[in-house]
Amino acid sequence: MKKGSTGLLIFIIILFGISLWVVWPNNEIRGHTGFPLGLDLKGGSQLVYSANLSGKDPSQTDAQALEGVKQTIERRVNAYGVSEPTIQIMQNEQGSFILVQLPGVKNIDEALKLIGQVAELDFREQVVGQGGNTTWVIAKAIGSSGQEEELTGKYLKPNATPRMNPNTNKIEIAFEWITEGAVLFKQITTRNLNKPLGIFLDNELISAPKVEAVIEAQGVIEGDFSLEEAKTLAIQLNSGALNVPLTEIGRRDIGATLGADSLKKSLLAGIIGGALIILFMIIYYRVSGLVACLALLVYAALTMAVFRLIPVVLTLSGIAGFIVSVGMGVDGNVLVCERLKEELRHGSTLQRAVEQSFTQSWSAIWDSNVTVFIACAVLYWLGKTFGNFTVVGFATTLFIGVALSMFTQVVVTRAFLRTVVSSGLAKSPRAYGVLEA
Amino acid sequence: MIDFVGRKHWFFLISAILIISGIISLAVFGLRWGVDFSSGTAITLHFEKEVELGQLRQELADLGYDSASIQPAGEGEFFIRLPQISSDEYTQLKQGLESGLDTKITDSSLYTVSPIIAAETVRNTVIAVAIASIGILLYISWAFRKMPKPIRWGICAVLALLHDLVIVIAIFSILGWAAGMEVDALFVTGVLAVVGVSVNNIVVVFDRIRENLKRGVSSDFEIVANCGIMESVGRSLNTGLATLFVIVALYLLGGVTIRTLILALLVGITTGIYSSLCIAGQLLVVWEKEEWSALLPWAKRTA
Repeated sequence: MKKGSTGLLIFIIILFGISLWVVWPNNEIRGHTGFPLGLDLKGGSQLVYSANLSGKDPSQTDAQALEGVKQTIERRVNAYGVSEPTIQIMQNEQGSFILVQLPGVKNIDEALKLIGQVAELDFREQVVGQGGNTTWVIAKAIGSSGQEEELTGKYLKPNATPRMNPNTNKIEIAFEWITEGAVLFKQITTRNLNKPLGIFLDNELISAPKVEAVIEAQGVIEGDFSLEEAKTLAIQLNSGALNVPLTEIGRRDIGATLGADSLKKSLLAGIIGGALIILFMIIYYRVSGLVACLALLVYAALTMAVFRLIPVVLTLSGIAGFIVSVGMGVDGNVLVCERLKEELRHGSTLQRAVEQSFTQSWSAIWDSNVTVFIACAVLYWLGKTFGNFTVVGFATTLFIGVALSMFTQVVVTRAFLRTVVSSGLAKSPRAYGVLEA
Repeated sequence: MIDFVGRKHWFFLISAILIISGIISLAVFGLRWGVDFSSGTAITLHFEKEVELGQLRQELADLGYDSASIQPAGEGEFFIRLPQISSDEYTQLKQGLESGLDTKITDSSLYTVSPIIAAETVRNTVIAVAIASIGILLYISWAFRKMPKPIRWGICAVLALLHDLVIVIAIFSILGWAAGMEVDALFVTGVLAVVGVSVNNIVVVFDRIRENLKRGVSSDFEIVANCGIMESVGRSLNTGLATLFVIVALYLLGGVTIRTLILALLVGITTGIYSSLCIAGQLLVVWEKEEWSALLPWAKRTA
């Protein structure tokens, strides 16, 4: 056996073991058990909104305003109980867009109402109703125009900032009212002195501090939040105080049963196709075919492990990309196996034939995969620019798959073939598919 | 030894027939653009009870969607194309159909794209295809930089590649007319993947010819090329078959959502095997020997 060959073999076996462990569905990798499934496999909806930034506060950049919209949507979607939503901002010369993916949502019509609305902050006072129940009611006061008005986020200046309270050492959010807000706030704090005042965001109670003094122009929101949370909340307040209207311009729903059905069918297709490949390789190339199949198994496990580690969200097109990459992996192995047969036919010794088959096929393997990389890179960009997750899915899995298939051909197949050859288990050229002696 | 190069005029004839009929089909029928490119709404509805196509058409017309194009897509399932509708309109449409047809919609899929997104998709697709073409052209010329006439190798590879692309696009044009097959973003994905795989095949064959040239197999380029092609046959067929096993399985079993991708791959990989073995190398020989008459089938006797 060649020097270093045993070490390499052990390395491959360990790599295979680790990959299998990573792929194993019950193991939790990066917060997931099993593969995260895309919309087309899980069912769910994708929505694309166009954001109208013309009315935003001039002191904010477009990116900040959009970030606020994104956070607001995230908060709402989470409150709605969607697991793992994806919300992305896309900006280009056509305008600003927000892409929202809601996997596994059955009653999308309800969720849509939540997303489409603008964030709303309001202040509420406690009212003791009949039977002694206390309820929160939006605080109202007489505005400068003489009309009664509700104290909501629209009277906030979009400059809420998180800060550390030196007395309590707690993080709080400082905010300021515009003039009208101050007029309302003064009246409300006066009549609620020593009573709690509820601060609600999207109808959710954030905190209910006790009013300790009459306040006019500014105030703080206390709460048990970390600096990160306070920052997030400040961003949300600022975007809530802004009006960034969203218009739905694209939507894609994939029925839940269609998704589940697709997953089952493509898995079956993959298994049937894989079995046919293995059968074909072993019948046609015998020992080297078997070796190639073992290498392909290592490859499949390794690729799936990488998918889970990144993690790649599996889509139907992503599975297709993976399958094409298996095809490319088979291709590399076929190139090597064909070379091996040829070298043996020309009367090379087995050892020499194995080494030659790798050296000779490398240029073809490398050259031929570069074009696939070019195509993948372009497709990835294309899919990202208009939020087509199916195109992105295909490009991602194909790219990773082809890169790893080159690795397995060069490292794994070679190590396996060397081991088989030096073990002396299969010496006859016939064992490698050479028919004529 | 099979004489792949000697039969080149037959291969050129077959390809010429395919390409010309493809171009005619494209000129006459064009392509059926899906919502990705043309904007609008595509809906797939699955009804609990059997629904007649005519009934559904009538109901949709009653709801104000006269221009809907409806295709049956399996048991109780229909594929409907409409101009772009809003989410509210969609909810009303579903409710209207449920009450009008007296059945429940058990599963539904929707794809709606506004003209803004569609216009951008078209633009980006054009850019993507242009970048990919330039990248691959540059790459091919670089890959063959050590050949005696690198440009020739590059151009022949590109011609063989275009051959595959025209056939794939033409098949979709025919299917669009005959079976309502639409061309969507995934079709573009499939086409670009075909480009990758197709160049791959051509490069492997050219690599073999290049190696035989270096080895000095023969002074006759025709023999050198034929040797290279012959030596690649096993690899090309086996790889192609292995890939096709899975692709066919995916096409027959896999989901409808990626049908265009799989079909583009299926057609592209098949023609890719053919063009790499029967077209690319032969074009090189024609150029090298300046046997331009071989390209014209009626002149083959004199060639």
